[in-house]
Amino acid sequence: MALLEISNVTRRFGDFTAVNDVSLNIEAGEFFTLLGPSGCGKTTLLRMIAGFDAPDAGRIVVDGKDMTGIPPEARNIHTVFQSYALFPHMTVEQNIAFPLKMANVDASQIGKRVEEALEDVRLTGMGRRYPSELSGGQKQRVAVARALINRPKLLLLDEPLAALDAKLKESVQLELIGLQKEIGVTFVYVTHDQSEALALSHRIAVMNLGRVEQVDEPSKIYGFPRNRFVADFIGQCNLLEGEIGACEGDRMAVNLTGVGEVTALNVESDDPGLKGVLALRPEKVVIGRDLPESADFNRFSGKVHDFLYLGDVTVYIVELAGGMRIEALLPNSAAGRTKFFEAGDQVQVGWRYDAGHFLND
Amino acid sequence: MAAKLNRLHKWLIGGPPLAYLLVFFAAPVLIMVVASFRFPGEFGGLSPIFSEETGKLDLTTESYERFFSDFLYTELFLKSFAYAAVTTVICLLIAYPLAMLIARSPRKHRDLLVLLVILPFWSNFLIRVYAWMIILGPQSVFVRALNYGIGLVGLEPVSLLYTPFAVIVGLVYVHLPFMVLPLYANLEKHDPALLDAAQDLGANAWRRFWRVTFPLSLPGVYAGAALVFIPALGIFAIPDILGGTEGIMIGNVIKQQFLDTRDWPFGSVLSMVLTVMAIAIAGLAAFVGRRQRT
Repeated sequence: MALLEISNVTRRFGDFTAVNDVSLNIEAGEFFTLLGPSGCGKTTLLRMIAGFDAPDAGRIVVDGKDMTGIPPEARNIHTVFQSYALFPHMTVEQNIAFPLKMANVDASQIGKRVEEALEDVRLTGMGRRYPSELSGGQKQRVAVARALINRPKLLLLDEPLAALDAKLKESVQLELIGLQKEIGVTFVYVTHDQSEALALSHRIAVMNLGRVEQVDEPSKIYGFPRNRFVADFIGQCNLLEGEIGACEGDRMAVNLTGVGEVTALNVESDDPGLKGVLALRPEKVVIGRDLPESADFNRFSGKVHDFLYLGDVTVYIVELAGGMRIEALLPNSAAGRTKFFEAGDQVQVGWRYDAGHFLND
Repeated sequence: MAAKLNRLHKWLIGGPPLAYLLVFFAAPVLIMVVASFRFPGEFGGLSPIFSEETGKLDLTTESYERFFSDFLYTELFLKSFAYAAVTTVICLLIAYPLAMLIARSPRKHRDLLVLLVILPFWSNFLIRVYAWMIILGPQSVFVRALNYGIGLVGLEPVSLLYTPFAVIVGLVYVHLPFMVLPLYANLEKHDPALLDAAQDLGANAWRRFWRVTFPLSLPGVYAGAALVFIPALGIFAIPDILGGTEGIMIGNVIKQQFLDTRDWPFGSVLSMVLTVMAIAIAGLAAFVGRRQRT
């Protein structure tokens, strides 16, 4: 039995359906992420799990117990808020001790447990400070320590890294993963940042317009997006318009509009004639002056339209004969050379047949 | 050059309020301090500050001696203090829920509600106090209904006007907006996420109020308390109109000294004591308020 069962949950605000018939099972000890653009319903779903909002239909069960009608203060679920919501009139110690006091924990124990919690988040000696005297990263750690101190069944995190700068984010991500592993509390994490979701999660639910589009491990979400939205939302992706031709074994022919036939991985044996897109990650597209010919390899000639030099990699935008554009990503790892092609150069692009897969509309 | 300009700007901005304070606060207080050490004039007012016979400064501590030797005046101060304190507490009890209601109502309604709170200021202060004279008077529907009601349970009819009760009603009524506004200004700024966090971490409504909302609102409470307590301490019009002989406050005595008895030095002494008290209380409120973190 899953720790958190969300069954057919729907939430409407007037005419707007924020969460539309969502069902999810989240296992104990899991780091689960709700990922989606703003307005996709992820925060509404989180607020319903916390108890601040109630579903119009469906139910939420935690550890076998139906949460309907149970107010947030009576749920053994804590939240790390986006703004951290630290109490400004309390010291770090008092903030962290707050849930213990609310649970009427014996005063003699509180001091010791707060001390341990401070140690866990590397804030020893900061207990007497006020939140206004802390940096963004420290505030975030206090918020996490406060939410974890009385070991909730479930920790909800609402974009807890959004307020941190890019450099700090990475180290905080590693800390979060370590902390989650160490204490084994189930995390439900909300974010709109796909790289955050890929880096942190055991599983990700990609949401759009109130619905769950795909639930999978990060590598599956990235490598095998189920539909156009997921492919486009997670990372960069070439989405090449076309329709299915003949299918045979693990291969299918796809007729790309204005370009010609290519071979793609056949996953679900779709019917010929179906229209859709071929999803192709830029890092799987090879670019060169003369690419070898092979049956496993789709190859086209084109011209470099433009390129983006990003330091570690260069993204080339190659225009094929029919006008279709393909992005190819090339690592800048060759010694002594910073880039290989200029805009206007005649090049060839190609990809292995199993690099692309077809998503019907 | 830039430094000079900067200094000029400072004076342009800081100058007018400073001049205002000098002319309308420092100067009158100074005049009052001097007056409190002078002799009363033969026909009221003040006697000349330089003696007509000797030509020397003619000052005395006689009025202060009178104040400290007659316990009556200290008693009056204590009574006024009690009136002002009770008024402040009642105002706080009424204003807090009201301010909270306004602060938590939808944004588009808030301005209207605040307008309703300050609406009484649009009519004359004395007229509003006279209105209470009618409401609390023996002929009013309210008092007649009250007396009918308590008559049914066998009690003697009461008269409300010209009692300490009437004074408190008047004081609370007049000062209530001064408590509501600073409280509202404070409560409106509270981050609602803090209450969500408190609830999420296990606090019920009662604990959310006492552990989060109230401590964070203390600067507003101190500001409102100072704005109610200090004017209430020195007021004379309300006890004059509603209080009768029993409900007299120190403000009435000061007014009497200047207008009726025409003993200006003694009136100045009483004013001095009142001013010192007011400054001490405002200072205390500011001190306690600053120690609170917001």
